[in-house]
Parts: sequence; C-alpha cells; structure tokens
Amino acid sequence: MEAVFRGMWVIAYRDLLRFVQERARLISSFAMPLLFLVIFGAGFSRVIGNLTPGVDFIQFIYPGIIAMSVLMGSLMSGLSVVWDREFGFLREVLVAPLSRTGIVLGKAGGTALIALGQGLVMLVLAPFVGVTISPMMVLKLIPLLIIVSVSLSGLGILIASRMRSQQGFQMLVQIIIMPLVFLSGVFFPVNNVPAWLEVISKINPLTYGVDAIRQVFLGAELPAMVGSAGNPGYAIGVTVFGHTMSVLDDAMVIAALGIVLLTAAVWSFNKQE
Amino acid sequence: MNVIEVEALTKAFGRLKAVDGVSFNVPRGEIFGFLGPNGAGKTTTINVLCTLLRPTGGRASVNGFDVVKQPRQVQRSIGLVFQDPTLDEYLTAEQNLRFHAYAYHVPGAVREERIAGLLELVELSDRRKSKVSTYSGGMKRRLELARGLLHHPQILFLDEPTLGLDPQTRRHIWEYVLALRREEDLTIFLTTHYMDEAEHCDRIAIIDYGRVVALDTPDNLKDSMGGDVVTLEAEDNEKAVAELRERYNLSPEVNNGLVTFSVPHGDTFLPKFVRNFSNRLISVSVRRPTLDDVFLKLTGHAIRDQEADSWAQLRTMMRGHS
Repeated sequence: MEAVFRGMWVIAYRDLLRFVQERARLISSFAMPLLFLVIFGAGFSRVIGNLTPGVDFIQFIYPGIIAMSVLMGSLMSGLSVVWDREFGFLREVLVAPLSRTGIVLGKAGGTALIALGQGLVMLVLAPFVGVTISPMMVLKLIPLLIIVSVSLSGLGILIASRMRSQQGFQMLVQIIIMPLVFLSGVFFPVNNVPAWLEVISKINPLTYGVDAIRQVFLGAELPAMVGSAGNPGYAIGVTVFGHTMSVLDDAMVIAALGIVLLTAAVWSFNKQE
Repeated sequence: MNVIEVEALTKAFGRLKAVDGVSFNVPRGEIFGFLGPNGAGKTTTINVLCTLLRPTGGRASVNGFDVVKQPRQVQRSIGLVFQDPTLDEYLTAEQNLRFHAYAYHVPGAVREERIAGLLELVELSDRRKSKVSTYSGGMKRRLELARGLLHHPQILFLDEPTLGLDPQTRRHIWEYVLALRREEDLTIFLTTHYMDEAEHCDRIAIIDYGRVVALDTPDNLKDSMGGDVVTLEAEDNEKAVAELRERYNLSPEVNNGLVTFSVPHGDTFLPKFVRNFSNRLISVSVRRPTLDDVFLKLTGHAIRDQEADSWAQLRTMMRGHS
C-alpha cells in the first residue's frame, strides 16, 4: 500500500512540476478552448439565438467548452506516458520501487489536477458570456470535474500503455477526440438529431460529463424544459430510455467508466515489459 | 557472500533467445564485467536483473532477493545507469535527483546533503539549477551516475557506461567508479564492448550469442592463451615457420607477411630463439595477449565495434540463432 501511495504522489508531483515549467503548454492549454468559445459563440449565437427560453447559444456551449478543455487536458496523461517512454524517463520510473498501480493512479491524479485547473480557469470567462456563477456552483463543479478528468486520464493512459511514438498517439487521439467532442452535446442538444447520431451520442461517455456540467450552470430544472419550438426534441437534457439524467446519474456513469478505464490501464501497465 | 546469483537464466523474445542459459555469481565488492559485442545479450541480462524484464526460464537473485518474486526489494538494492539517457530533460539536475530521492524514499534529513555531495562528486554543482536539456552527453551520463547512487544502493549496474563519450569523459567516469568502490563498498556490474574497460574489472564474463563462453579474471583469461604473443618478420618466413615447428614444437601462423605465435614466457624465449636462428630477422615483437585475442580465440570472431542501434542488435541476434 505504501508503494501505491508513494507512486501516486511522486508521479503526480513530477507532472505538476513539469506543467508549471513549460510555459508553451501552459498557454496552449487555455488558448484552444478559448478559441472554440469565441469562434462558436460569436459565430453561431446570432444565427441560433435561444435554444430554450432564457438560454442563448453561448450559454449553452460554454459549459460544454469547459468539459472539452478538461477532456483535452486529461488525454495529456497519455501523451506524457508516451513522451516519457520515447525519452527514456519511463525506465527510471519503472525500475524505481514504486507499484505500477501507484504510477498509473499518480499519472491520472496529476493530470486530473492540471485539467481541473484548466477547467476552473475557464470559469473566469463566465461573466463575459452572460453566465451567472456562484460559489455554490464552483463547489459542485470541482468534484464533477475531478471525476471527469480522472476517468478520461484513464483513457489516455490506457491508449498510451502500448504506444511507442508520440506521432502515433497524437494521431489516435485526434481520431478519438473529434467524434468524442462533437458527438457529446457540446455544440448541439443530443435529442434533436437523427436517430443514429442520437444513439452514438448517448453511448459517448463525454455526453454525460457535458450534461452534468451544464446542469450545474443552467440549473437542474433545465433538462425538463421543452425548448423554444415547443417540441420535446429540443429539450437540452439527456434522456436515456425515457429517464432524464440528473447530475448524480451523470456522475455515476462517468465514475463507472473511469473505474473500468483505470483498471484496464493498470492491467496493461503491469503486463508491459 | 554473493550479491548476484544467476542460474540457467534464459530470456526469449518469440523464437529469439537473447539470453540462453546464463549462470554466474558475483561476490560483494567486486567489479564484474560483461564483455561482448552488441546483441550478445548483455543489456537483456541487466534488464532481467533490474526487474524490467521477466525471465523466460532460470532464476536470478539480487542482494538475496528474487527478481521475480521480490521486485521492490531488488529495486531498492540497486542503482542503474542505462545505455540511453533516462533523465527528464525539462527538469533541472537537482529536480531530477529530488524526484529520484522521493521515489526511493531517501529520508528528508539526508536528502539535500546527499544530493549536494553527489553533484560535487560528478562536478556538476555549478550547473545544478540548469535544465538537463542544456547538458552535454558526458554531463548527462555523470548526472545519471550521481542519481544511480543517490539511494545508497548495494549494487550499481552500468550498461555501457561510456558508450558514445569522448576519451576524457570516459576516463573521468572510470575514476568515479573506482573511487566509489573504495568509498561506498559497492558491487559494480557493468557491460561493455570496450576491451580496455574490461581490464578494469576484477572478473569478466565473455558473452556471445546469449551464452557465457568464459568467466575469469582478465589476467587468467589472457594466460589461458598459452603465454605471450610473438610477431616476427624474417627474410624467409617459410624457413622461420619450419624452424619454430621443428625445434620448438610451436604452431605459428603467417598473416600479411608476419609470423605470429603464442609461447609461454615470450621475454625469455625470444633471446634464445634469436641466438639460434639460422636466417636473418627483419623485425620482432613480443606482447601480452589482449582480451581481443581471448575473444577471438573463444568465439572465432572479433568483437564488432558497431553502432548500437537496435537493428544491428536484432540482425546480430538473428544471425546467431537462425
């Protein structure tokens, strides 16, 4: 047990140390979500207007952008594993008297902390996009963002556990990240889409992360709202088999996924030589 | 007492046996060398001993701990310097060492002092706050050496510690290693394909195609060659060969116009031979056999001093086992 905890904090410590020392990464991790927010917000909000009484488009995508920035930050966990393997540092880690489980959890924990930071920094933008924010909301968001980021870090590490090159990893992540983000309800409600798209969106775990974060921002009564056209298909919340997901439901889906991904990542890491 | 015990160790990658039934013991305090060409299985053996690879067969223990069953204890007992750099280049030297200290549970009370002392030893104190990416190859290797020693290991593994370094840095690294053995009571296990480095070892195992073909002190290995190597050139080499055969019962060979043969006590043999020789001699030399000669005799081929890229390693391994 001691080896697990030691592994966790040593690895997390080093990842955080590196993050604050790399200014380019520090800046780029905030630039991308900001770009999306500005482009999509400014570009679409005039055209789309209100989705639901009182919710304009930019208020709708803003929570989604936070989820997206956490997702992208979390997948960095995998990139850092591949990076360490390519530059040899992974050997120093693997021959140290640390448990592999601890190493994986430390990687996930460190990355999650960074991703959490990135998500929270995005909150500063709330007043500029017309979203009201209260301390209570931030308190709810923190555990939520931690669950989302730890789970998705598990995905990054799982992919990375067998990848040898950064290029390969980045390519794979591009292939995964694009559909994951676009089909997660960040940019449009997942109810008013063709049936096949709806199915894919509801399988996509990120959908539940986005939904939970959005509900924290826009209020719990939101999922039930019918939408501006008076059509149930325009409802913003996520409905699975007739059940509208609450924040807690969403969190449980993501947490369950995270446990599966991290277990798989630990297994894969333990087996590698 | 043996700190490393290896018995019939085998490691196969698919059908390729990189290590093929290797056995040896290393007593405490010894400098033990693995000498062999690239692809002979040296690095694979180290990787098994340091728990990075699981053996396919056989048994190995380090500091009394089984490498498969007690990996944590093994890891705590050893320090490593790998062939390829394993530093975090975006951190400073001090940060790299501190990471290592945390990972190996070096008590806080001695940590900073130990870090400062080791940086002093490898002469990097003035660069301790520089990022490793600004270091030269030799500086990185020195930093790795310091890091490998940080947690007071019992055994230090050095995998080709001076590969790719200039002669001056190589000599430097060796000075540290020899000083360390005196001061820290370390056992040192190293691999090399440089003959002159093998000379520094108390004992060496010559390894080729995954097998240990000889294991002894450098002097004994050289003595096993049957004495000194004499090279001479006569006006009539044929005549010299015949005389050596008939009168002294030796087996000389002629290469590139030079007659070469091994003889015990070459220094006393030579004056006697010259006095009695019926032909005119042009040149004559006597030298102690080198480990090169030993390697050539034992394996039938010279040690290949090629680049250590993985393809070359794979090819050499394939050649040996197909």
